[in-house]
Amino acid sequence: MAETSINWVAIDNDPRFQRLHAKKLAFLTGLMVFSLVYYFLLPVGAAYFTDIYKVKVYGVVNVGILFALSQFVVAWGIAFYYTAKAKDFDVMAAELVRDAEKIGAK
Amino acid sequence: MMTLKNKIWLGTVACVLPLVSLPVFAQGAVADKWKWLTFLVFGTIIAVTMFVTYLAAKRVKTTADFYAAGGGVSGLQNGWAIAGDYLSAASFLGIAGLISLYGYDGFMYSVGWLVAYITVLLVIAEPCRNIGKYTLSDILAYRNDPKKVRIVGALSTITVSTFYLTAQMVGAGVLIKTLIGIDYEISVICVGIIMLMYVLFGGMVATTWVQIIKAVLLVCASIVMVVLVWSQYGFLGEFLNNVVNDPKVQQRVATLLGDKAKNLSPAELGQIFLEPGLFLKVPLDQISLGMALVFGTAGMPHILMRFFTVPTAQAARKSVNWAMAIIGGFYVLTLFLGMGSAMKVGPASIAAIDAGGNMANPLLAQALGGGPDSLMGNFMMAFVAAVAFATIVAVVAGLVLAAASAMAHDLYVGVIKEGHVTQQEQIKAARIATILVGAMAIVIGISAKGQNVAHLVALAFAVASSANFPCVLMTLFWKRCNTGGIVLGMVVGTFLAIGLVMVSPNLTYPLAVKAANDKIVKASDEKLAKLNADLKVATTPPAAPADAAAAVPAMPAVDPAVVEKMKAEIAKTEKAKKAAADKIASFGTDTTSIMGLEKPWFELRNPGLYSIPLGFLAVILGSLMYQDKRAEDMWDELYVRQNTGILAAKATAH
Repeated sequence: MAETSINWVAIDNDPRFQRLHAKKLAFLTGLMVFSLVYYFLLPVGAAYFTDIYKVKVYGVVNVGILFALSQFVVAWGIAFYYTAKAKDFDVMAAELVRDAEKIGAK
Repeated sequence: MMTLKNKIWLGTVACVLPLVSLPVFAQGAVADKWKWLTFLVFGTIIAVTMFVTYLAAKRVKTTADFYAAGGGVSGLQNGWAIAGDYLSAASFLGIAGLISLYGYDGFMYSVGWLVAYITVLLVIAEPCRNIGKYTLSDILAYRNDPKKVRIVGALSTITVSTFYLTAQMVGAGVLIKTLIGIDYEISVICVGIIMLMYVLFGGMVATTWVQIIKAVLLVCASIVMVVLVWSQYGFLGEFLNNVVNDPKVQQRVATLLGDKAKNLSPAELGQIFLEPGLFLKVPLDQISLGMALVFGTAGMPHILMRFFTVPTAQAARKSVNWAMAIIGGFYVLTLFLGMGSAMKVGPASIAAIDAGGNMANPLLAQALGGGPDSLMGNFMMAFVAAVAFATIVAVVAGLVLAAASAMAHDLYVGVIKEGHVTQQEQIKAARIATILVGAMAIVIGISAKGQNVAHLVALAFAVASSANFPCVLMTLFWKRCNTGGIVLGMVVGTFLAIGLVMVSPNLTYPLAVKAANDKIVKASDEKLAKLNADLKVATTPPAAPADAAAAVPAMPAVDPAVVEKMKAEIAKTEKAKKAAADKIASFGTDTTSIMGLEKPWFELRNPGLYSIPLGFLAVILGSLMYQDKRAEDMWDELYVRQNTGILAAKATAH
């Protein structure tokens, strides 16, 4: 599709790209799994551990309400954490973008 | 009738009245006297968005402008636009309604709509920005056979958009009818034409701004209402305490629980409103829906398209962060809107106007402003109604643009013309496709009048999560993925999702509906017999029914209020009986659903639990069975680009 002088295979094999790709993939996989597990605990818990949800913590406020509210905080936290971490990836990627036409020049 | 009307004017929210007052509301929840106010607010919003469209139209010169606003939208702007694209009437009205009627379960339901954006943020937004251009199929076509994947990708995009579009159009018609009493057909045509104006003339530029304006209005309206609710009922702990102790809420829980509520104290009943189980009865369905949301949002063509409007992956990331802040904040407010309306208006009154609870927010606004007879109350209701309208139009505009781009950019330009098209011809094709899709939306919207469209939203998310998402994810992250996998994945995912929904409980099954209504008729008969007997005892025997109340004062033993109440109860029961009987009659001799089934063959309303894994499996099997040298050769390029963004800026500049 792209008719350029960029040697994609060479970039893919460049140790800097390999490092970026390995770090990023591990980080994304971990975070994605954590977020899915945390989210699906909510409907699963509501269905099979209803009694825990009913335990009152403060006044009428029960575990269920707090857990549901925590989903928002955790979702925002994941976004915040990812964004902070992604800045490192940006730096690593920027180097590759800068050198893109030089790496393994044909 | 006059006395009845007066009572409504006085803002009586006693549990018996709402059903009796239905004839008044059948003209629309906004009273005739105040409709000018609604039209004024509607008119202002339409005027502002049309002006924006006029300005945008001047800026739309190239294909990139039309489909992707020239890639010149900022992260912040795109964040608001995503929120505007995503928060449909189902979110603004539906979820607040669910919370007002079912408490905790409604709130739990809202969580998945936010968590969905984590998937978008982590694996979809940035890679798509880095390698995409205008449409979902552009991503698929990058390393696979462009013609083949564009055909399946476009068909899936059009399918998803059409399902979602139909649900929105029918929702718009019903909503406007319920709110202000305008005919269903006229409402649908108006929504269709206004949305067409935005997209046709202003393309993605106007669509983006309409979505931003709508999201700002939506958030502002919600904040104002929540602040008013808090000022009356207190913040978190105190607020929930008020919910638990509210008699209307307790009454609602008692009604929902039926016999089980007998031995419970009012405080216990109120507490149950804050616990799971009142609405969501099938746990697997709940998990299945969660999967459809969490993976489906990332496969929604109109959401994906928004990431092509920003210049860089960083801007795409920033826009998802803003969208998550706005969308999440909005759903947290929804908790207070829903429970606030349960206290302020009452679940019984809300359900009486619309069984799904969709009128909770408008009614809450009216009550907060000072009730149905106050200028402020009606202004606020008019404002909320207009926001709901803007909400639908903005979502529909995004959907039409997505479907039109699939038709023009993928099918016409990509497949039929194989890319040999001039800039002018491309824009022309995009505009013709827009008119086609818009006209189709209006026609389908009108012909689907009175249909049960709830399953269409489930269907849109089911297809997006089972077909689009596996294909996009795999082509981005799995080296071995190729044309065979994409084609098989799209076909299997789409047909499986549709097939399972068509045999699920989402459809209407005449036998079940007849049986349920038969029960109502029988119960009503028993109740009527008892009520009439009671009435006879309470009043002096023969008196003509209409004058009974007037004749009574001579008899000190009979309280006219009690008699009035009994009559209201009788009228209500008769009405319920007639509605049930009509419902039974409406099916005639039908015994099966449109699929010819007497009862659902598949028990879940959401097929995601099965169709998503099978969609992934289809992509894997299809890829393994197919040899595709291009997909392999292009892998390095795609993978490097999606990770680094090399050439992304050039792609935007076209």
